[in-house]
Amino acid sequence: MTSAPAASRRIRLPDWAAWLGVAPFFVFAAMFLIAPTAWLLVGAFQDGDGAFTLANFVRLGQPSIRLSYALSLEISAASAALGALFGLALALAALRGGLPEWVRPTLMTFSGVASNFAGVPLAFAFMATLGRLGLVTVLLRTLGVDLYAHGFNVLTFWGLTITYLYFQIPLMVLVVTPAIDGLRREWKEAAETLGASAFQYWRMIALPVLWPSALGAALLLFANAFGAIATAYALTGSSFNIAPILLYAQIRGDVLHDPNLGYAVAVGMLAITGLTNLAYLALRSRTERLR
Amino acid sequence: MTRGRFGAWAAAGLGAVYFLLPLIATFEFSLRMRRGQYSFDAYAAVFASGGFQASFLYSTGLALATIVVAAALVVPTAYFVRLRLPHLAGVVEFITLLPLVIPAIVLVFGYIRLYGSSSFLPLTSTSLGADALLMFGYVGLGLPYMYRSVDTALQAIDARTLTEAAESQGAGSLRILFQVILPNIRSGVLSGAFLTFAIVIGEFTFASLLDRPAFGPYLQRIGASRAYEPAALAVIAFALTWACLGLIQLVGGAPQASTRR
Repeated sequence: MTSAPAASRRIRLPDWAAWLGVAPFFVFAAMFLIAPTAWLLVGAFQDGDGAFTLANFVRLGQPSIRLSYALSLEISAASAALGALFGLALALAALRGGLPEWVRPTLMTFSGVASNFAGVPLAFAFMATLGRLGLVTVLLRTLGVDLYAHGFNVLTFWGLTITYLYFQIPLMVLVVTPAIDGLRREWKEAAETLGASAFQYWRMIALPVLWPSALGAALLLFANAFGAIATAYALTGSSFNIAPILLYAQIRGDVLHDPNLGYAVAVGMLAITGLTNLAYLALRSRTERLR
Repeated sequence: MTRGRFGAWAAAGLGAVYFLLPLIATFEFSLRMRRGQYSFDAYAAVFASGGFQASFLYSTGLALATIVVAAALVVPTAYFVRLRLPHLAGVVEFITLLPLVIPAIVLVFGYIRLYGSSSFLPLTSTSLGADALLMFGYVGLGLPYMYRSVDTALQAIDARTLTEAAESQGAGSLRILFQVILPNIRSGVLSGAFLTFAIVIGEFTFASLLDRPAFGPYLQRIGASRAYEPAALAVIAFALTWACLGLIQLVGGAPQASTRR
């Protein structure tokens, strides 16, 4: 046994004990991750009689579905762009802004909590803050600014975007922190020695190094918002027509009156989150090559 | 440089206002139930309600089952892939990332079709079957975090040397896994467990569409019908999340972000 090289031994005799150990994991993955998704994928390419068709995807263009996709894309893009921007600014301030030592661990711990504080309770928190009787709304009204008279409502596009930022910004902080830590202090010192201004250092060194990571993180935020439903549903009920809420209604009661069209709505969402994640992975591998 | 430092203070200050105001506002709102004075009436009403107790108990039990099953699936897989089946590492990593790519609402739609009452394995037609289906869904939701925590812990303990030492003493694979490896990666398993708990306890999409009496759908119903209790529940949920993440740091794991809601 000791004389045989490990590689050839594995080819002659599969490691049955090890395979037995990983088998339950693969059975689980096949039954509860892959098969359900594949089922929808197949159904999306079938008509009512089970024959192959692309018509379901063409019918995604009908106004009610198209508008819900558009609204979802807009909310995800707005919350991802703003979340990435504010998250990056916050992380840079805490890590490189010359703030006291305790700021960084505090921000990291809080970000861990806040990025996981989502769903229904988050909707409650923003109702209590920016709802008609919320603390901020009431305070601003006593100061003479009536948000709701100016057309603001927490149940609208911007209300939902501000709410999503509560988990998007912390997520950005957590995802982009390793990239900021990768900015070596020597680069800054070298730039200063060569007479570069702070602006030149950021424009010509720091940002070119950071942007692939920051963009990748923004894509992750986009996919994160696109699949989210609980916060929006708890905040607005079924009145706010984003794609996940449309799909929720379809699963509940076949509101599209066509099961196969419902599969296509699901597969369309999957395609968007899938492509976004692929782009993220591509950017990440590019960043890793640069290091 | 002072200008840069001013900008950093401004960013940190604005961030603090944005993140603290909703917490303060929610807490303040939760105290307003009694007219004219602050009180904890909303909390008393929540804790006294049968719906809260039943749904919270149900979700806690389900979360514990999820954690046990997730650990039982992940620990042997991560161990054998690392030591004896390294060529599977890519496939396994791909699978563990799937729950982050497939939106929960899409996945549960697949469950309802595949395991619905008229399918070959009608899990949703019995209450126990639907509970199991929900649990397996939650195992999936927690999979990316559980796997990463366990795998990181395995990397840190030099599992190969431990295994060889145990083998030289005549221990079998199963015994090594349970009595040698598991105690040494306890912190990784616990980190994954607490994060799974934080994700699962108030989960809405799966539970609602599978019609389970869980905490998430209960929260949503209260939000639609009550004024002050939702704020109290949000404060409780925030404290729970904080406790779970705090426990992760206590057992020595790194804080992580979940990216699916």
